[in-house]
Amino acid sequence: MSKKHLKFLFFAVIVFAVFLVSSSVFASSDAAAPVLPVEGGSSMPWWAWPFILFIVTFLMGIVAVLGGVGGGVLFVPIIGGFFPFHIDFVRGAGLLVALAGALAAGPGLLKKGMADLRLAIPVAVIASSCAIVGAMIGLALPANIVNIALGGTILGIVLIMAIAKKSEYPEVKQADNLSTALRISGIYHEVSTGQDINWKIHRTPQGLATFIIIGVMAGMFGLGAGWANVPVLNLMMGAPLKVSVATSKFLLSITDTSAAWIYVNNGAVLPMMVAPSIIGIMLGSIVGVRILAKTKPAAIRYIVIFMLLFAGTRALLKGLGIWN
Amino acid sequence: MSNKLQATEEQLAYAKLLDLGMKVGLLMLVVTFFIYVFGIFTPHIPVNELPNYWKLPVKEYLKAADIHTGWSWVSKVGEGDFLNFIPIVFLAGVTILCYIRIIPILFRKKDTIYAFIAIIEVLVLVLAASGVLKSGGH
Repeated sequence: MSKKHLKFLFFAVIVFAVFLVSSSVFASSDAAAPVLPVEGGSSMPWWAWPFILFIVTFLMGIVAVLGGVGGGVLFVPIIGGFFPFHIDFVRGAGLLVALAGALAAGPGLLKKGMADLRLAIPVAVIASSCAIVGAMIGLALPANIVNIALGGTILGIVLIMAIAKKSEYPEVKQADNLSTALRISGIYHEVSTGQDINWKIHRTPQGLATFIIIGVMAGMFGLGAGWANVPVLNLMMGAPLKVSVATSKFLLSITDTSAAWIYVNNGAVLPMMVAPSIIGIMLGSIVGVRILAKTKPAAIRYIVIFMLLFAGTRALLKGLGIWN
Repeated sequence: MSNKLQATEEQLAYAKLLDLGMKVGLLMLVVTFFIYVFGIFTPHIPVNELPNYWKLPVKEYLKAADIHTGWSWVSKVGEGDFLNFIPIVFLAGVTILCYIRIIPILFRKKDTIYAFIAIIEVLVLVLAASGVLKSGGH
């Protein structure tokens, strides 16, 4: 990243932070909604939490890119565990954060041919339908149950991240009948080796069935689902790793769209949370990508795993009423 | 070099529209958030009252703030906070537009199965966006 770009990003972050803080002076206190009595109110001014949210999501954007995870999977357990926002709004914001990230990455991945529309379309129709069901279940469940299930899921993700193997070019001896009928195959150009990689997939029915569960979980917890998409596309269905990662990222723009609509239509979206989160994580991701181009510190992945372990435990204990 | 090295026509059309929609949506989000926090339009919930609302479960929040679900926000779009729903639903709607964009291309290429899957996807997303599906609440 050039010094000019870094200066611009630093300037953008400072401007946004000043903008949030100074808004306390200008913001109107007249409103149509009834005024609720303050119960056990924090001594912090109202703008402090959105401001901290912006800073934390900015850092989260950097860490997520360097750690190779989506922003949503960090957002929900960390913001849900350590911020005063109710888990309903955290999940709504989490989905929109994951959606914004996927929308931003999608065009480039599609144009380069890394994300594959033919692979994504059948998967998306299943995952997005099931994400609707997941979102409705998630909004109907009590917060403690959601926190327990979320904690368990996050700890499961930690396990997957810690032990799951990845296969750069999985061996697919023969494409299955369904993927052959749907003509799901491709060639992509591997820049690092200069080779054109032919790929095809197998176990398509099993893979599609797995996306029923992934879709429900994505909608229920507002996590995004890259952590599950990639192993299924890569290890189960046999797509090359780069195609799996790119298609997974693009896929989130469809899966999270359907779940996000349910949260929006059920009122679980607070603009004061959503806007700083999206802007923070997008700016952080830009910085993260630039850092990644120069170096990839291996320790970051362990930091991400540790953060998820801590946040997942926090969600679990919060749900169980042990650590409120 | 195989043709498949190049992204397909529908993939490029999808990407182009997605790119445009994402940029417009994010720009709108920054602008409407600016309008909101600077109180240019009076918000439905006073910003200094927000800490009393964001800790509530969504059902209690809706009741306390006298907010209705579904597309009722459209009638409140003149209020600073609800103004932000325009970019949010725009970002949530971009994918629907992208799918609609590629359906004619798929039909023209006689890729009927994918055209029908794309139509089903549009129907699924429109159903989600319609506000017909309500959560049971807790």
